[in-house]
Amino acid sequence: MSQHLPALQVIVPLLAAPLCLLLRKPSLTRIFAQAVAWTCLAIAGLLLAQVHDGGVISYVFGGWTAPWGIEYRVDVLNAYVLVIVSVIGAVVLLFGPGSAGTRIPPGREHLFHALLLLAMAGLLGIAITGDLFNVFVFLEILSLSSYALIAMGYRRRALTAAYSYLIMGTIAGTFILLGIGLLYQATGTLNMADMVDRLPAALHTRTPILALGLLTVGLCIKLAVFPLHHWLPNAYAEAPSVVSAFLAATATKVSYYVLLRVLFGIFGVAFVFGTLRIDMVLIPLAVVAMFVGSIAAIYQTDLKRVLAFSSVAQVGYMTLGLGFASLNGLTGGLVHLFNHALMKGGLFLVVGCITLSIDSARVQDLKGFGKRHRWIMVAFLIGGLSLVGVPGTVGFISKWYLVLAALEKGWYLVAALIVLSSLLALIYIWRIVELAWFHEPAEGAQMKSVPVHMLVPTWMLIGATVVFGLTTDLTAGVARQAAALLLGVSP
Amino acid sequence: MSPTTLAVLAMLAPVAASLGILALGRWPKARSAWTIGTSPVGFIFLLLLYPHITGGGRPAFELLEILPGLSVAFEVEPLGLLYAMVASGLWILTSIYAVGYMKHQEEPRQTGFFFFFAIAIGAAMGVAFSGNLLTLFLFYELLTLSTFPLVTHRRNDYAMRAGRVYLGLLIFTSVCFLLTAIIWTWHLTGTLDFTPGGILAGKAEGPVLAVLLGLFAFGSGKAALMPLHRWLPRAMVAPAPVSALLHAVAVVKAGVFTVLKVVVYIFGLETLQSTGVSIWLMYVAAFTVLTASVIAVTQPNLKARLAYSTISQLGYIVLGAAMATSASVVGAGLHIATHAFGKITLFFCAGAIYAVTHAIEIPDMDGIGKRMPFTMGAFGIASVSIIGLPPMGGSWSKWWLLTGALDAHQPIFVAVLLISSLLSIAYLMPIVARAFFAAPKLDDDGRERVHYDAKAFDPSRLWGDESAIKEAPLPMVLALCLTALGALVLFFCADEVVALLSPIAQ
Repeated sequence: MSQHLPALQVIVPLLAAPLCLLLRKPSLTRIFAQAVAWTCLAIAGLLLAQVHDGGVISYVFGGWTAPWGIEYRVDVLNAYVLVIVSVIGAVVLLFGPGSAGTRIPPGREHLFHALLLLAMAGLLGIAITGDLFNVFVFLEILSLSSYALIAMGYRRRALTAAYSYLIMGTIAGTFILLGIGLLYQATGTLNMADMVDRLPAALHTRTPILALGLLTVGLCIKLAVFPLHHWLPNAYAEAPSVVSAFLAATATKVSYYVLLRVLFGIFGVAFVFGTLRIDMVLIPLAVVAMFVGSIAAIYQTDLKRVLAFSSVAQVGYMTLGLGFASLNGLTGGLVHLFNHALMKGGLFLVVGCITLSIDSARVQDLKGFGKRHRWIMVAFLIGGLSLVGVPGTVGFISKWYLVLAALEKGWYLVAALIVLSSLLALIYIWRIVELAWFHEPAEGAQMKSVPVHMLVPTWMLIGATVVFGLTTDLTAGVARQAAALLLGVSP
Repeated sequence: MSPTTLAVLAMLAPVAASLGILALGRWPKARSAWTIGTSPVGFIFLLLLYPHITGGGRPAFELLEILPGLSVAFEVEPLGLLYAMVASGLWILTSIYAVGYMKHQEEPRQTGFFFFFAIAIGAAMGVAFSGNLLTLFLFYELLTLSTFPLVTHRRNDYAMRAGRVYLGLLIFTSVCFLLTAIIWTWHLTGTLDFTPGGILAGKAEGPVLAVLLGLFAFGSGKAALMPLHRWLPRAMVAPAPVSALLHAVAVVKAGVFTVLKVVVYIFGLETLQSTGVSIWLMYVAAFTVLTASVIAVTQPNLKARLAYSTISQLGYIVLGAAMATSASVVGAGLHIATHAFGKITLFFCAGAIYAVTHAIEIPDMDGIGKRMPFTMGAFGIASVSIIGLPPMGGSWSKWWLLTGALDAHQPIFVAVLLISSLLSIAYLMPIVARAFFAAPKLDDDGRERVHYDAKAFDPSRLWGDESAIKEAPLPMVLALCLTALGALVLFFCADEVVALLSPIAQ
């Protein structure tokens, strides 16, 4: 059994998704989907425990060894991403039962659960596979299911948002597929481990460099790196809050993982950062994203758009960590992967609670909300302070590593820009906190109560932002190991 | 009890008090009784801790390790103990004063007010006992956040705008400068622990040290070093007890405490003396001292004048830290205590005057001393202490600072300190003199322009007489008389404080 864990990690949600359609009954699919998600989490946890000390699990499908068959390869980096994805999936599904909470139209709940499990299968598949074409297949599974999930938003605008995401996603998919094809042509293999051995011989030609360019651009669209981020705010703002929480916390993270695999795993840090100097492109873009995203967030009138633009800025921090290509920088980027998943997931769930209560996500309608719903706004405050990077929250840990990496390189300007940009987060968060707590509610404002089953998962994620802001063995420790693995140095 | 336990209990006492306040929110009388009743608890633990520290003990403990080598850790040392004792000792009197003030003013949202007040005191304890820069930063930010609801207590537009300036400036400076300085220190030395003798010696060149010192000094925005002082006058929109304890003692002293602690335990006095990187900071501090004093003279609003006086007095402490001699550091530490007693009294008086007469402008206060003799008497005593004349505590800290300036071979700062004393006479003494000796201003009908509150307290009524005295409620008068007395007592027991502080200045 335990040797089949890598396969089960993907197969369980993949098979469970169509079963949801057969079960149909909302109460049944709900319990079933939750059970599946928690099973995934258990599997991911077991896998991480197995590779925690630096081991690698190789799983060969159907006995066909690589490079002919498909190999699943788990090291500490994938296991880390698997855990992130399944934690968020499991917690978010707790939030989502009942159409009241998710605002999913009645009668479509089983579809919602099926699609969410399918998206989860896609995310887990991308993270676990060792085969580059397999990555593309799972990426498409993820994309198709996420278009449908976003289109479930209750406003008609959700359809245009899903459509524009579809266009951008398809372009990204095309870039990625072309890149993979060229790499296959240059090396004759699709297995990533195999590719690492064969690529150096082909690096003198232009084919792999072109492939690298195509893959990088394609993945940057998926990751929403500035200036390729335009699909993101609309998609996150129009999707149901549960979906926003799930996708914001996982989809960009997995793209980041693939980008890391391509840049560091396949091509190698010496070639990408030493010869091509890709950091000269990524770091300026990341810094601009930090500012553009945060400044745009300040001017948004819709709460979900505030968080969506904040995501653009946060992706900037992750890209920055990648661009440093140093142990501390990469640790910062990787730990922010998990940290941002916690805080942004938690914040979108808070918004889910708010929209249920006041039937609006407009910032202005939040006046006096904190007086009636103290615990929801406390959760928002903690999540928000974490975005700012206040010590005691996970945001601080990420900032710490990033600033440290910038100082190590002697890039004092970049260090200054990191701390400056985090202050912009304070502006957009505090604007909302002030409205919610220091203003009286508008006359006749209706504020419905929020069921406990929505508060519990919200607080699980928000509570985790504090817990992992204070104990970082599990997060920064694993991230550091993974970073060391990518760079080929000792942690 | 072991010293470590005492330190933990001293930190937990305000937290426990705050939870009780929240729980008793529905019963105002019980809440007030609980607030006053629990206020001495923390101070008692500190008193029990005192002999351990003077005996050379340095109780320390680690709460949790955030990153390898980087933990939330506490260590009690003399400077921290002094700051903690000042803050929690004055909290006892402030809680009495605040209960009287808030009741008399019929302020809304009192439960939240006292809750955040107690949390702020708890944060100040955390700042005082932090064993490394990270812990200090953690509680420093907590102090900023927990005092925001207090500053904006009135919730009107003016208060909210002031709150935004308050929060914006304090968080901006701490995140941009202080945090950068902390991470930089970590990058240079690999540790953030407060270590006697400093950790930066030999780790960086002079210019880097100078920049780092600047980041620390301006990063401690609460020290209100010019030009980052603007938040302090704006914060005066808060109710009087907040201005008194937080914006004359706990919050602003957290800023100068940070500077002092960094100078002593991160840079090390020797490093600063031998490299001379702190000379520019002396000039910035001296500029702040003089400019703020001059501005104070021009302020007609009493609380604004006191706020600028605070900015100037905080400059003394930064100056003492920057001079980095044994005497100047002792003087700076001592000034934390002496200025606290003087300035809290002045703010208590300003609050009492406001409560009874609603006067906020100094020209309206002519002749007020005859009606409020206790308040204005205390105001006079506290003024003398701030000016730095015997027999008040303020004279000793000024004495040590002057000695320090001479030790550092910087006679120019002797002149700065003396000129500032003259200026403080100019901005404080006329208030006292006019209150007692000037005739009250009359309006067109020939009546006194200042209206005294009908609920005013007349102490002679206690023994059945009627008099013209119209004092603030008894708890307020009691508190402000006691703090004035404290300023006097400090003159006679300054030795104790110096003995406590002298180990850090070696």
